[in-house]
Amino acid sequence: MKYSSIFLLLAVLAVTPILRATDITGVITLKGTPPPEVDLGPTMSEASPDCAAMYDPAKMPTTHFYVVGQKGQFADVVVLLKNVTGKSTGTSAPPVVLDQKGCVYAPGIFAVQIGQKIIVKNSDNCIHNVHTISAAGNTDHNDAQMAGGADLTYTFDKPEAFLKFQCDVHPWMKAWVTVVDSPYFCVSGKDGKFVIKNVPPGKYTVEAAHRKLGAQTQEVEVKDGDATVNFTFEVK
Amino acid sequence: MKIRGGSFFKVSINAPTKTNPWLFRFAVLTACATFLLIGLGGLVTSHEAGMSVPDWPTSYGYNMFALPIKFWKGGAFFEHTHRLLASAVGLLTTILAVWLRLKDSRRWMHWLGVAAFLGVIAQGILGGLRVTMKMDSLGIFHGAVAQTFFVLVCAIALFTSRFWIELAARQKELPVLRGLRRHVLFVTILIFAQLLIGATMRHQHAGLAIPDFPSAYGKIWPDTSAAAIARYNAERIEVTNVNPITAFQIILQMIHRLAAFLILAGVAAAAWLARKRLGGTDSLAKLALFWLALIVLQIALGMATIWTNKAADVATVHVMIGALSLVTGALWCLIGFGRSASPLPDAQTFGVFGVQASMMANK
Repeated sequence: MKYSSIFLLLAVLAVTPILRATDITGVITLKGTPPPEVDLGPTMSEASPDCAAMYDPAKMPTTHFYVVGQKGQFADVVVLLKNVTGKSTGTSAPPVVLDQKGCVYAPGIFAVQIGQKIIVKNSDNCIHNVHTISAAGNTDHNDAQMAGGADLTYTFDKPEAFLKFQCDVHPWMKAWVTVVDSPYFCVSGKDGKFVIKNVPPGKYTVEAAHRKLGAQTQEVEVKDGDATVNFTFEVK
Repeated sequence: MKIRGGSFFKVSINAPTKTNPWLFRFAVLTACATFLLIGLGGLVTSHEAGMSVPDWPTSYGYNMFALPIKFWKGGAFFEHTHRLLASAVGLLTTILAVWLRLKDSRRWMHWLGVAAFLGVIAQGILGGLRVTMKMDSLGIFHGAVAQTFFVLVCAIALFTSRFWIELAARQKELPVLRGLRRHVLFVTILIFAQLLIGATMRHQHAGLAIPDFPSAYGKIWPDTSAAAIARYNAERIEVTNVNPITAFQIILQMIHRLAAFLILAGVAAAAWLARKRLGGTDSLAKLALFWLALIVLQIALGMATIWTNKAADVATVHVMIGALSLVTGALWCLIGFGRSASPLPDAQTFGVFGVQASMMANK
């Protein structure tokens, strides 16, 4: 009995590396010079001096459409496995927090699964309205959130690229969420790197989508060990 | 003696019937308030603030008229003041309708008052539904009804004026050629269509679909292929919450540009024809000249809207002058058709609506 158990354990350990889920990693790079971001200071000062007063006048926030490192590392690109559907574990996944602080949204780009909760906080001492605009059939919301008001919670039930959150009281405030029907997605960091974790073995189409530059796809096969796929976007 | 407030209407007042000057003044006040309301509505859209107060008829859960001042900030300032002024216009219109019913003997004027009352109610509900249903397309109808309502209230002001009553008595002396009347009517309809295009452009919430003028993306006619649209959007760094542009929006702006010059030609022709056929001193010739000045100003404002990257104040004045251009054309038509209507045996009757028109008594 004892020997048979040890044998079984060894057999499981021997087979596990073959079946274990692996990560898809890569780097996103931007070629070319993107258009300069715009200082939000003048708009903030004109429309809502209360918001402008939260900042050092020399360090007013800017738009963040192209977040690029010195070597072209491209952040805020949503990477996901395309055509993997019906795998969402969103209802049991931890919620994602979208904060309104300094009259800007943080994060500006993020992704969730279908059914995954998005908790919207108001860390500012002023009112915001949380207005979601869908282009893919998700329910639009528009709710006022007072200073110090209770958190708002949203979920979306259809896959969608870059569903928009905006505040109409402060019309420069905007964030985009990509809703995915599987847990296989991520957003590239400031170093341009991304990791899609725990992908089962198989052949996949990996999509990298940027809010301004559209989407690219590549085929990748996940076998034994991690898979790597890199994307290069170009500003023409 | 001249009609108060209308240097273009130099018609001497020997009106055969009594008028109600306070009713006329009140109608003018309602028209002025409506004009301001259109401007404030323009500011709401120009500032992308239409959804800043998510609830209606309450505002942030408060009674609309009791919203604390501390909430009147950012986009909410424009939206909330728009609601308050709209309520004021609703009240003025209700009073006007009741006043017409009580003090104007013309039955068709009673119906115009009812139409104005129903119009302002419908417009208020439309504005509220645009917020609660979160439908951008309702904003287009809201804008269109606003323009129509403004024309209606201005027409009521015209019909209650001493100028109009006098016109009824002088129509034999002042006929306007049918061709000229039809021409002005056509151009006025064209202006209304242009305002609808403008409302559609604004309620797409996409900012400037074409950022340059007189060229369009550096060309006479811009490239609207999918690749070009993607490139335009990639190059745009939007400060406010505007949507990405589409080929439809670019084509719409090109039509808006072309229609503007068609309208300019139409109004210039109207001014020239009116001067030629009616004489330079005729009130309609002067009104047509004023109309032309408005259109020239409107085109200049349209160009300025592009060159200032759709600055909210410039874009809003563009909306307001558009409304004035429509009303000017509409009033010209009413006066022109009124002057040329076949008079009934009684000199104090008026044929535009086929009913007795001029018996306004100070009851």
